[in-house]
Amino acid sequence: MNKALKYSISAAVAAVVGLSASAWAAELTVVSWGGAYTKSQVKAYHEPFTAKTGVKINSEDYSGGLAEVKAQVESKNVKWDIVDVELSDAVRGCDEGLLETIDPAILPPAPDGTPAAKDFIDGALSDCAVANIVWSTIYAYDKTKFPNNAPKTMADFFNVKDFPGKRGMRKGPKPNLEFALMADGVAPGDVYKMLATPAGVDRAFAKLDSIKDSVVWWEAGAQPPQLLADGEVAMTTAYNGRIFGAVASENKPFEIVWDGQILDLDLFVIPKGAPNKKEALEFIAFATDTQRLADQAKYISYGPARKSSGPLVGKFQDGKIDMAPHMPTAADNMKVALLNDFAFWADYQDELNERFTAWLAK
Amino acid sequence: MVDTALNTTSVADGLLTDDGKSLKAKLALATRRNKLRAFLLVAPLLVFILVTFLWPIGVMLYRSVYSPNFGETFYRTAIAIKDWDGKDLPSEDVFAAFVADLVQAKKDRTIGKAGTRINYEISGARSLFTSSARKAKKLEPPYKEALIGVKEQWGERNLWSTIKRLTGSYTASFYLASLDRRYNKDNQIVTQPEERQIYLPLFLRTFWIGGLVMVFCIILGYPIAYLLSILPLRTSNLLMIMVLLPFWTSLLVRTTAWIAILQREGIVNDVLVFLRIISDENRIQMIYNQAGTIIAMTHILLPFMVLPLYSVMKTIPPSYMRAARSLGATQFTAFTRVYMPQTLPGVGAGSVLVFILAIGYYITPALVGGRTGTLISNVIAGHMQKSLNWGLAAALGSLLLASVLVLYWLYNKIVGVDKMKFG
Amino acid sequence: MALPSYAGPGERIWYYSFRVVCGAIFLFLILPVLIVVPLSFNAEPYFTFTSGMLSFDADAFSLRWYADIFKNGMSAPNDAFSWAWISDSWSNAQWVHSTKNSFFIAIWVTILATSLGTLAALGLSQSELPFRGALMGILISPMIVPLIITAAGMYFFYSDVGLAQTYIGVILAHTALGTPFVVITVTATMIGFDRSLIRAGANLGAQPHTVFFKVIMPLILPGVISGGLFAFITSFDEVVAVLFLSGFEQRTIPRQMWSGIREQISPTILAVATILVCISIVLLSTVEILRRRSEKMRGIRPV
Repeated sequence: MNKALKYSISAAVAAVVGLSASAWAAELTVVSWGGAYTKSQVKAYHEPFTAKTGVKINSEDYSGGLAEVKAQVESKNVKWDIVDVELSDAVRGCDEGLLETIDPAILPPAPDGTPAAKDFIDGALSDCAVANIVWSTIYAYDKTKFPNNAPKTMADFFNVKDFPGKRGMRKGPKPNLEFALMADGVAPGDVYKMLATPAGVDRAFAKLDSIKDSVVWWEAGAQPPQLLADGEVAMTTAYNGRIFGAVASENKPFEIVWDGQILDLDLFVIPKGAPNKKEALEFIAFATDTQRLADQAKYISYGPARKSSGPLVGKFQDGKIDMAPHMPTAADNMKVALLNDFAFWADYQDELNERFTAWLAK
Repeated sequence: MVDTALNTTSVADGLLTDDGKSLKAKLALATRRNKLRAFLLVAPLLVFILVTFLWPIGVMLYRSVYSPNFGETFYRTAIAIKDWDGKDLPSEDVFAAFVADLVQAKKDRTIGKAGTRINYEISGARSLFTSSARKAKKLEPPYKEALIGVKEQWGERNLWSTIKRLTGSYTASFYLASLDRRYNKDNQIVTQPEERQIYLPLFLRTFWIGGLVMVFCIILGYPIAYLLSILPLRTSNLLMIMVLLPFWTSLLVRTTAWIAILQREGIVNDVLVFLRIISDENRIQMIYNQAGTIIAMTHILLPFMVLPLYSVMKTIPPSYMRAARSLGATQFTAFTRVYMPQTLPGVGAGSVLVFILAIGYYITPALVGGRTGTLISNVIAGHMQKSLNWGLAAALGSLLLASVLVLYWLYNKIVGVDKMKFG
Repeated sequence: MALPSYAGPGERIWYYSFRVVCGAIFLFLILPVLIVVPLSFNAEPYFTFTSGMLSFDADAFSLRWYADIFKNGMSAPNDAFSWAWISDSWSNAQWVHSTKNSFFIAIWVTILATSLGTLAALGLSQSELPFRGALMGILISPMIVPLIITAAGMYFFYSDVGLAQTYIGVILAHTALGTPFVVITVTATMIGFDRSLIRAGANLGAQPHTVFFKVIMPLILPGVISGGLFAFITSFDEVVAVLFLSGFEQRTIPRQMWSGIREQISPTILAVATILVCISIVLLSTVEILRRRSEKMRGIRPV
């Protein structure tokens, strides 16, 4: 656009508002997914950080994706200091130069001295991102709807004959295609190989076709527990923490089926040109240390990204529920599990999104 | 003053004012001054709208054709590939330039962006670019063989013709994509395979829903506008509130209300179950689908139909109908032959307005549209916020805008924008 | 038009059935707006009438969702009611925060849009104005262009000039969307305006600005206020531009409702909706009173 116009408008605005970047120097803007998840971060990371350093933290919500980061970075007008993103977005953002690089050397070692690079689980550290939690997409059902014959496997989710009732699924190809293939008998290890071939995609869609008429589509993570609670669906795919929250805090009769769960990471990133990069790095180093990651599990059932945090995970905030078995990473839950392949989705999401949209509309 | 004087210009030619100048010149000056004054009054808003509204939209739509990013990253390749005839694989020069670009793109961290761009055209190309860029530094000439050695896809002609196409700053591919077309291997434009056709059906659905909403608005709006126009003013003013209150009530409030009314555990279903018309298990799905969208949108847009209809109907003297009756026409004939034709301008105005607003709707379909009730606006928003394919969003947006502008022009022809009124 | 005494039975049936049909349509229009009011007093977290509500059991009704408007987001919502509680709610409750934002933004929009729009309408109503149709077309276009396109365009542009996620950005965007209503309403008032009054004023020795404030302004004032209220409600209800342009800090009521409906559906939304319906009733009544006043002043008598 016209530079002169751009600068004159910027100047006028700056003059009118009297805003200058320095006025915000001692405040960090941390952006995350909202709801119970953000609350757990505020309790476990933000409040102790502010208490320790005196840096105030503004917590903002967003609904994921890189759109805002991209718009801010491209216009050189970055307002966010730290963003909590999904793995595929962390990798894509790093490749596209939207994110600052983070040197893993700044991260504190585990209490026993293991360096951070070894302490984090595989894939949790990348050039631009540091993971804080492991979460997973599972499916959950309403116990009252299946008093005698409860669903146990991913195949049961797609079996409307023996397990009647509406199904809730995320409105998008990811991770429904993976679920469909696993339900169709594909081993977790072969899912992405298969999805990279047209025949595999056809097979996944064919499986989805079999329950298409029974599906209610959701978009936001808070919807699935709501759908279950309202009786709109009998079972639904969901993020495990949301279902745990509904069970633990509201005593809902929901049960998680871990078979075929798809694990993913949430990571902290810093948009390129963030106003308070120094404090942001400090925050990330603080928030992802062993104790802080273990603390977060007190408030929500997502697994810590450090191996050394595992043994420190204690009880839920009510002091009753033992959190360890509710972690996606618990051995019992990992029997049939798939790790989300970000590279696959970075490559195929446009095509599969289109195909999914076309399929939905039919 | 001016308007009377204008008629007498011919007389004014020879006349002089008391300061000795020609009256004609003075009048012309006065007219000019008036014109200028009128324009100056409009100018602040005009500038405001141009700067904060039209210019931003223009810049955004420009993205649908202007996409220089790939060519900037692969600038050496852009020059080298110019002479390639597209028949066999490009020459070694092109490969050498390309590898040099890859190395630099990796260093500058621009490879991801370029990879994303080409991934819109060829799925999977993104990782081909990023993974090859990682190895590019170690490659040795001859680069052609070396690159194909890294990944055999580099030996595909289709890939190179796409690269050649993308090195230009301007592109038609976003428009092609929004019309479910694409380039094939030989640079010809072909239709997308059926399972990937989404935008044309979506445009059709948008127009179809817009049309249905318009028809329902006519069916529901016509009787009440007629009733309002024949009732005594006191009564009609009171009833008018029923039309105006929804009009003044937040869109989100009305959409929420429809969710409460139509959902599976909602009021309508509850009543039907209570009356034993349906059983508790077979509650009807009335929202989060096309039906829900149409019902909610009809409700929201109905005032836009009633108001123009009412203002036209109010001007039709009742004596015309009485005259027709006394000439022997039945009530029905008098209504259809005498009354209805006079209301057509109102119907036209309302219909075009409703249709224009309906096809651009975003909020209501996003909240209650579900799988079958989403419109083109929702997909544009998705490309803006989720997939970040801003070029495609711009192309879809400009197609939508073009249809709206044609209708707006039509509306201007039928009624004139300055005749628009609320309440 | 009452039923004439000579009407036959067929006409009689038609007369009554037509009124029944119209009544049903009016109900279709008004019921959804009113239905949120009783539902918002539901004691249960549902969007529907419970059996208790239908039998008018007092326990089935509650004000808990209204209380939630003030509590949600507070750091200590369950403390005793005190000044500290109020100040906690005032500064921390999310709905309170967005209400403050909505009013702040809408008031600025009203001021800006009304001034710009009224000036333009004065110019547009002069027959000497060149390219009148085209200008009118441009000035009305914000109302016609699909909101998603407007919002997307502003998103890029305002990011570029540093206005995204600022109050000024949202205010400017809403002003652009609100001015067409002011232009239309004020222009409509000017159509019935007797221009000889201006000349009469000038003839009696008044300066142009005196003429404007003493003659023109009082006559078009009702139109200007109506236009201003339209601009206010446009901004107050707008959500698409806010979705794209506002950060968390600039959240407005509709933005909060939007995420509420999409994510955590709670009857708090219905409580907010009820309050919004009351606001619309107030605004609508004001506009209606003004319209009648204006018609009276301009000597347009109801026929």
